[in-house]
Amino acid sequence: MLRYTLRRLLGAIPTLFLVIVLAFLLVHAAPGGPFDDERALPAEIEANIAAAYHLDEPLPMQFLRYIGGVVRGNFGPSYSYRDYTVSELIGRSFPVSVQLGALAMLLATVVGVSAGIVAALKNNSPLDKVVMAFAMTGISVPVFVVAPLLVLLFAVKLQWLPASWTGSEGGSRLLLPVLALALPQIAYVARLTRASLIEVLSSDFIRTARAQGLGTLAIVRYHALKPAMLPVLSYMGPAVAAVLTGSVVVEEIFGIPGLGQLFVRASLNRDYTLVLGVVIFYAALIVLLNLLVDLLYGAVDPRIRRR
Amino acid sequence: MKKTRLLPVILVTLAAGAIMLAACADRTADQPDAPALNRALSTDPESLDPQKSRSVQAADVLRDIGEGLVAYDAAGELVPGTAKSWEMSEDGLTHTFRIRPDARWSNGEPVTAADFVFGLRRLVDPATAAFYAAELGNVVNAADIVAGKRSPDELGVTASDDHTLVISLVRPTPYLLSLLTHPSTFPVHRGSVRQHGDAFARAGNLVSNGAYVLADWEPGAIIELHRNRLYWNDAETSVDVVRHHIVAQEMAEFNRYRAGELHFTSTVPPENFEQIRAEYGDELHVAPTLGVYYYGFNMTKPPFRDSPELRQALSMAIDREVLVEAITGRGEAPAYSWVPPGIHNYEPVRLSYAELSQQERNAIAQSLYRKAGYGKDNPLRFELRYNTSDTQQRIALAVQAMWREVLGAEAHIVNVEFQVLLDQMRERAATQAFRSSWFGDYNDANTFLAIMQGDSAANMPGYSNPEYDDLMRSAGEQVDLDRRRLYLEEAERVFLADHAVIPLYFYVSKHLVKPDVEGWQDNILDYHYSQHLSLGAAEQDGRP
Repeated sequence: MLRYTLRRLLGAIPTLFLVIVLAFLLVHAAPGGPFDDERALPAEIEANIAAAYHLDEPLPMQFLRYIGGVVRGNFGPSYSYRDYTVSELIGRSFPVSVQLGALAMLLATVVGVSAGIVAALKNNSPLDKVVMAFAMTGISVPVFVVAPLLVLLFAVKLQWLPASWTGSEGGSRLLLPVLALALPQIAYVARLTRASLIEVLSSDFIRTARAQGLGTLAIVRYHALKPAMLPVLSYMGPAVAAVLTGSVVVEEIFGIPGLGQLFVRASLNRDYTLVLGVVIFYAALIVLLNLLVDLLYGAVDPRIRRR
Repeated sequence: MKKTRLLPVILVTLAAGAIMLAACADRTADQPDAPALNRALSTDPESLDPQKSRSVQAADVLRDIGEGLVAYDAAGELVPGTAKSWEMSEDGLTHTFRIRPDARWSNGEPVTAADFVFGLRRLVDPATAAFYAAELGNVVNAADIVAGKRSPDELGVTASDDHTLVISLVRPTPYLLSLLTHPSTFPVHRGSVRQHGDAFARAGNLVSNGAYVLADWEPGAIIELHRNRLYWNDAETSVDVVRHHIVAQEMAEFNRYRAGELHFTSTVPPENFEQIRAEYGDELHVAPTLGVYYYGFNMTKPPFRDSPELRQALSMAIDREVLVEAITGRGEAPAYSWVPPGIHNYEPVRLSYAELSQQERNAIAQSLYRKAGYGKDNPLRFELRYNTSDTQQRIALAVQAMWREVLGAEAHIVNVEFQVLLDQMRERAATQAFRSSWFGDYNDANTFLAIMQGDSAANMPGYSNPEYDDLMRSAGEQVDLDRRRLYLEEAERVFLADHAVIPLYFYVSKHLVKPDVEGWQDNILDYHYSQHLSLGAAEQDGRP
């Protein structure tokens, strides 16, 4: 297991390097520079600024300088936050996104799995229909519609919850963003759980368990739930990705200082170093998450571990 | 691992989540309950280093925490800032400022003339790479220092003693006082720059001389300022805590205002503006500002380079009244001049056809269009580029329709990302016609007219007319303000007659302001210093 993990981690280095090269070329290929503005600057001033940020050097030189920094753990100064370094900005915003994402995933799993179980057990009943109708809606309505609606209802009309991150200092500021982010995932997880559980419940070993006189709840808990969770577990990877991308929208709407919002603004501002820093960070994160999911998969399903 | 029990795993994760929630709830405890003014910024400042900052948003915050020699009052009139008085020599080339003896940095040290010298040298020093370095172009040796030909010590700004600052100019600069209100000319605390280097402008390090000090900056979320008790005019400050919330979306900002999280907004969303006007009445403030929205022609390439008739025809065929009433609809004024009305000591020149009705304009436009060699069988086909945005698109669609209807001209409208448009405007290769805007840096016509000189970097159309450049140069040599004004007005007349741009409308500032905010005044600069504002009695007990 340890050797496997190490091998996977070492294998990630060329991947990351490739990501850096591609990202570097792409951000520099995008038209416009980090300091362009409608208030265009006189040539001398432009030259001074380019020199201060080494933007006057040929691209290969800039790349070497950048890679040299990255190897030493220095992602350079941000262009659009001139008082901060890229590492600081990522270090500040990532925990915020993690908190948001983790809570959304938690909510999605707990509510989604419970709803899925209920729907599966009451297969084809009115309750099942209601749960699945709700799930369909959750999947179809995009976050950028749900989030403002939640704000309108809970913050503007009822005034129960803050409309934004900075509208309150307490944990209540997390409720609406987490809900907005979790809703589509709750729906997905509920549908997956339901479908998978229905399938498992109709298999032979469950019939055997039933024949031995076990009650429905016991069957679900001790026999059916674990195999039924496999598809849900493998959905966790894509779900994390969806929550990460969804958080871009949610962070923008609620004004949350997370990584998603930082990334979007950095791209629009052509903040080369910040964009690259976030891309590298995301890439490393995805490599790690994939590894984690594979390891977890092995832990849950022995058949995969023995391969 | 023989029997994985899902239930305990879920319970443990739930508990962890609850602890995380509780941990952030704890932060409420160390928050002061002092009355706070909650205002909004549409993006983070790129820096709170006065010389390195550039954006309107940075300037908004810097005007709260720093102070220049000169400042503005709530109505937007010039008033003494850290300088208590000043005088100008007869030739207009030497300005002497007396610094207030009671001016203090937030750490208690006195603010001296040397601090201003340090700040201004820092501004022109190429090593600082300041965006506004060119603003001081009229100060002795400034241009050479920016170009790296002289050392920053040679700047024509000297401290004759701790409280006397002398600025020497190469030509009269009637707008010098306005320039000296700009954050890029603010003094800098020398000790903290020496101690912290590039990091001196961070919360905890920044020593400032304004009504507030920087307490915290959470990028992407909030900038919190606390009252500076050592500020020379602290007796006039009312609000103890100012929070600049970063709100990117106009709709989100409006919702935060409605939820009571903001005392005033930085703008008002274009959707349902009429409804907002009806619903919020007195809370809605709409006022003219120093900004012009225009379409420019690429003056370096056909078809527009050699055809003033064509440019004029396209300019005349646009019904600006329809644009501001039906499309923008937020109180904008149709633009018939380049310099906005209301600017200090200036009477904007109007386009020659401004007094005609739209029917008359259309008739003339049609004959000019034919004279330029176009007609029904041979329509003009060109591209109009604008940056992706809903308002931009609606205006472009309307103008496209007007051009088609009045002239039969076929404009192909192309939307590109803002940074891409900037790039293309400057290269003048892909662009034929484009949308752009200009906002005045100071309250003087020069800030609008100077950018259209042949050598100006912000001259997006690539306009070049020696007559115009001569008039601008002559205006720059005048000490007498009335004579200078005549030169500037003549220059604008020449510029407008060339139709290098189509001014469409003048921007307005739009704010929603809660009734309990006192001291608010609409002004053409749209500056609202927090130190001029106070909160009514209802607000004094904490969060709104």
